[in-house]
Amino acid sequence: MIPRTLGLAALALALVPPASGQEPSSRPFLWGGDAEGGAPFVEADQADPSRVRGFDVEVAGRIARGLSGGRHPRFIQVQWSAIDQSVERGDFAIGLSGVEDTPARRARHAVTLPYFEFREVLAVRPADSATVHGLAQMRGRRVATLGATIAYEILLAARDSLGLIPVSYDDDVHPYADLVAGRVDAVLLDHIIAQRALRRAGGTGFVILPEAVATGHYVGVLARADSALRDSVNAVLREAMRDGSLEQIFRRWNVWDPSEGAFFDRVLRGGAGRQPAATAGRAVTPYLPSLIRAAGVTAVISILSMALAVAVGLGLASGRVYGGAWVRGATTVYVEVVRGTPVLLQLFVIYYGLAGMVRLPAFIAAVLGLGLNYAAYESEIYRGALQAVSPLQLEAARTLGFSEGQILRLVRGPQALRLALAPMTNDFVALLKDSSLVSVITVIELTKQTAIYATNVGSWVVPGALCAAVYLAMSLPLARLARRLERRWSVR
Amino acid sequence: MTALLAIERLGVRYAARQVLRTLSFEVARGEVVALMGPSGAGKTTALRAVAALQSFDEGRIVVDEFALAPGPVPPESQLRPLRRRVGLVFQSHALFEHLSAVENVALALRHVLLRGRAEAEATAMRLLDSLDVGGRAAALPRHLSGGEAQRVAIARALALDPALLLMDEPTAALDPERRGALGETLRRLAASGRGLLVATHDVEFARAFAHRVVNLAAAMG
Repeated sequence: MIPRTLGLAALALALVPPASGQEPSSRPFLWGGDAEGGAPFVEADQADPSRVRGFDVEVAGRIARGLSGGRHPRFIQVQWSAIDQSVERGDFAIGLSGVEDTPARRARHAVTLPYFEFREVLAVRPADSATVHGLAQMRGRRVATLGATIAYEILLAARDSLGLIPVSYDDDVHPYADLVAGRVDAVLLDHIIAQRALRRAGGTGFVILPEAVATGHYVGVLARADSALRDSVNAVLREAMRDGSLEQIFRRWNVWDPSEGAFFDRVLRGGAGRQPAATAGRAVTPYLPSLIRAAGVTAVISILSMALAVAVGLGLASGRVYGGAWVRGATTVYVEVVRGTPVLLQLFVIYYGLAGMVRLPAFIAAVLGLGLNYAAYESEIYRGALQAVSPLQLEAARTLGFSEGQILRLVRGPQALRLALAPMTNDFVALLKDSSLVSVITVIELTKQTAIYATNVGSWVVPGALCAAVYLAMSLPLARLARRLERRWSVR
Repeated sequence: MTALLAIERLGVRYAARQVLRTLSFEVARGEVVALMGPSGAGKTTALRAVAALQSFDEGRIVVDEFALAPGPVPPESQLRPLRRRVGLVFQSHALFEHLSAVENVALALRHVLLRGRAEAEATAMRLLDSLDVGGRAAALPRHLSGGEAQRVAIARALALDPALLLMDEPTAALDPERRGALGETLRRLAASGRGLLVATHDVEFARAFAHRVVNLAAAMG
């Protein structure tokens, strides 16, 4: 069996294109990871931010050196959730960045031997540590984790069986910050992430429960067609487990404990770490309810944000048109600051930055962030529309004895509204799409749900098409309405 | 009998430019007065000062015992008596674009005089009919011809039954036939006891229909 595999591997190495094949040792060995994931996996070197450090960096180096001819590693930055897609595209030969061993990943990509065993551990606030021993005590409470991970899958299963509320984050730092702040009641993540978070918090604010909820493994992920290179990498990993170099790496980064040695033994005996392969390409139907729910979230957030934007925008526009010097100045500053900075930054500031003063629920923060941002754009539309109503009509109204308030309500406002309707509708379409940004503050809306779905099925084709169809179903009628309104009021 | 409108030594400056200086004249009830002068002579400025749409620097304006003094335009709350006494027809008509002809006329009846909708619209219809434009009551301003829009604007200015009606260049966009009809209308309005002050540079029109002509240059002593 083995010789034949090696023979096939050699044949494959001879045939496959250079990116994955055997090249002169001067060619770098490209590996992908996410430096935003931070230490101890991969982090930017503080002394030289153009370089990365971490145990995955050293594992990548060990693999590169161990490959035939000895290669030198070169790091490619990639978003953690996109590692699988990126490696399949051929952006790099192997992805290494706390990449988890899952049945879905094994089914769709070439996956290496597991090289590290981690425990999924639960972190809770000290007050809860006496009463909470596991997920069973979390019924009705919010448990946070990183999206698209084994931990998230565990929480999704526990939502149905135990009635807890999973909350997904895009990073592994904010779940712990929100645990301390009381926004969530527990965090389920890999023990090395939990320990790092506890060190950062100075050892206080939360405790890590000793009982592991599950165990998992880190692997390297390669393109499906690269199974020959994967086999070479596996050989290097086995050697590194035998010669102690892998243990040294983990010890250097303080993530070694005796159970890791036992795990290596199991791997080298050939039995451990392998998970049953799952069937690839799950059907669409199981995802439909969650996509529909997410589309609902997108619609509700968009409508509420737009309502807020219209109300605040009207106030701002009135301030700019009717206000005194101070009011005009203040509203102008608001409009320029909001329009001149990214909405993503504003969402972060409202959700995380203000957490010290007000702890807004994610949904409220999302509506506030989008609504206050769009209010600046709406106010400019209203200001322009108010100023587009001919001043002679306003004077005619004055000669008829209307008060300023009546003129705004009866003459200026209604005409400005007609002018503003089409651009407002266009803005609403833009808002509908911008609402996808709120996933950064843990709100799962249509785009985020699609990304989760795409990660699970390992392809963007069907989820992407479905997602686009839902957005279009919402935005096309609005765009048509805008065109109709424009035509109707353009003849003046 | 005191004059309906008395302008006494009116002076208006725009920055360094003196537009009007010591302008004095009167308009009595039942009288059509043409205010004449070349373009840019200050005819529109004089009308706007009388309608309290702009401030003036010297002199005095009295409309039926309501006096305006030099300095900034008073707030609307203090101008209510003047608004009830003076109607203004703009050269460009300045109709409310979002309202039909009858709604344009009825708006002040409803929201200033606080009449009910039906009563306000009935009054508005009578005004439109009297100006021979009742057939266009439901039309929006953008669908009216220049002459129709002017008559709707006159009806709107008459809605509050002002004693003094100001008109700015009413013949500018009218063909000769329409000019004659307009002249008759002005005469009729004056005959009902109103005073009319018409700013125009149309000598023929003034000669045919005004009881009196005030030449701006001559009236500035």
